[in-house]
Amino acid sequence: MDGAHDMGGVKGFGPVVPDPNEPVFHDEWERRAFALTIAMSRPGGWNIDMSRFARENRPPQDYLSKSYFQIWLAGLETLMIERDLVSREEIETGKVLLPPKADVTIMHPHEIAPGIRRGAPTEREPKAPAMFEVGETVRMKNIHPPTHTRLPQYVRGHLGTIELNHGCHVFADLNSLGVAENQQWLYTVRFDGPELWGKDTDPTLSISVDAWESYLERV
Amino acid sequence: MSDHDHDHHDHHHHDHDHSELSETELRVRALESILTEKGYVDPASLDLLIDLYEKKIGPRNGIRVVAKAWSDPAYHARLLKNASAAIAELDYSGRQGEHMVVVENTPEQHNMVVCTLCSCYPHPVLGLPPVWYKSAPYRSRAVSDPRGVLKDFGVALPDTTKIRVWDSTAEIRYLVLPMRPKGTEGWSAEQLAELVTRDSMIGTGLPRQPGETA
Repeated sequence: MDGAHDMGGVKGFGPVVPDPNEPVFHDEWERRAFALTIAMSRPGGWNIDMSRFARENRPPQDYLSKSYFQIWLAGLETLMIERDLVSREEIETGKVLLPPKADVTIMHPHEIAPGIRRGAPTEREPKAPAMFEVGETVRMKNIHPPTHTRLPQYVRGHLGTIELNHGCHVFADLNSLGVAENQQWLYTVRFDGPELWGKDTDPTLSISVDAWESYLERV
Repeated sequence: MSDHDHDHHDHHHHDHDHSELSETELRVRALESILTEKGYVDPASLDLLIDLYEKKIGPRNGIRVVAKAWSDPAYHARLLKNASAAIAELDYSGRQGEHMVVVENTPEQHNMVVCTLCSCYPHPVLGLPPVWYKSAPYRSRAVSDPRGVLKDFGVALPDTTKIRVWDSTAEIRYLVLPMRPKGTEGWSAEQLAELVTRDSMIGTGLPRQPGETA
């Protein structure tokens, strides 16, 4: 979806303000919200693209006024309500009002360290040969899906060059919709600065995105 | 996204920010007790997750990778060829670093990493991202004005150095291999590690020079 999360090239946010002594978490609630989000992915059964969509799918004013972990919390609440794990009323009152959902599996303490070390690799066996070759010029499609996409607005319609082929990976757009066996070839596509930002742009600048095959069209 | 999490950190509490924060704090506490009571989470699992990300997974891992690459030419070659495998040699792997690519800075090209859509970042080697990396100013300008962003970090590169920005829009995670500082010939990996900074591995900073204090 074209939302406030898609920030590449937006003007007016001001300077970057680094904090050299920043802690990993700024408050106890950030620690708990972070850990709850990871731990609840097991009983919830959602994947990373579903959770990204739950965070970004909100009005721009809401997205921009929340801190990072407040967005995580809001996303977690949405994901759990959608799956009948908790009700909106339970969240608002802070009280258990309904019995727990039956037959859920949970993340046990002995699974934490091995699970994080394993991660969730996204590379899959190809179902067809790659359509594009390294070095080839491609155009990014001008599409505006109402659902989750990882094709940022600032590259749509622009010409780029295939620089790397990463193999076949789980396709985020379909993964967020729960479509199985969705893998596609994934490429790094490089753009010259002036192609994206106009002829007065620093000519030494180039930018790349990682793009699945269905974001690309032949020139 | 707002700077609320900065505000309370700066000791400039406004009533509004303060009450909002307390509300969030209460909400998270209540949520955790609901989820525990329903049997969906084991609080011991939450403690372990927090401990991992606060104590075990952080930029010191990436610093070891860079220092080894600077001091061991064969490792350097393996790291550029198959970063995930080379990083796993040092026992770092997993969540948000399953598919790693290392991009090397040279006198001709400086690399910088961003995630304009959210906060993708190579956790096994750098830990969780800092607030600025997830913030609107960085996500918006890194791709359109990287030299301006570098200036915010006090970094000025020659006008002739090409700037290459990597927007992490899929599940590939990027680590910048900074240039080894001059005057470090014969240094051990341990000595070199003292010069590597987190920001130099994102591309928003440069390594320390010999004699520069940490």
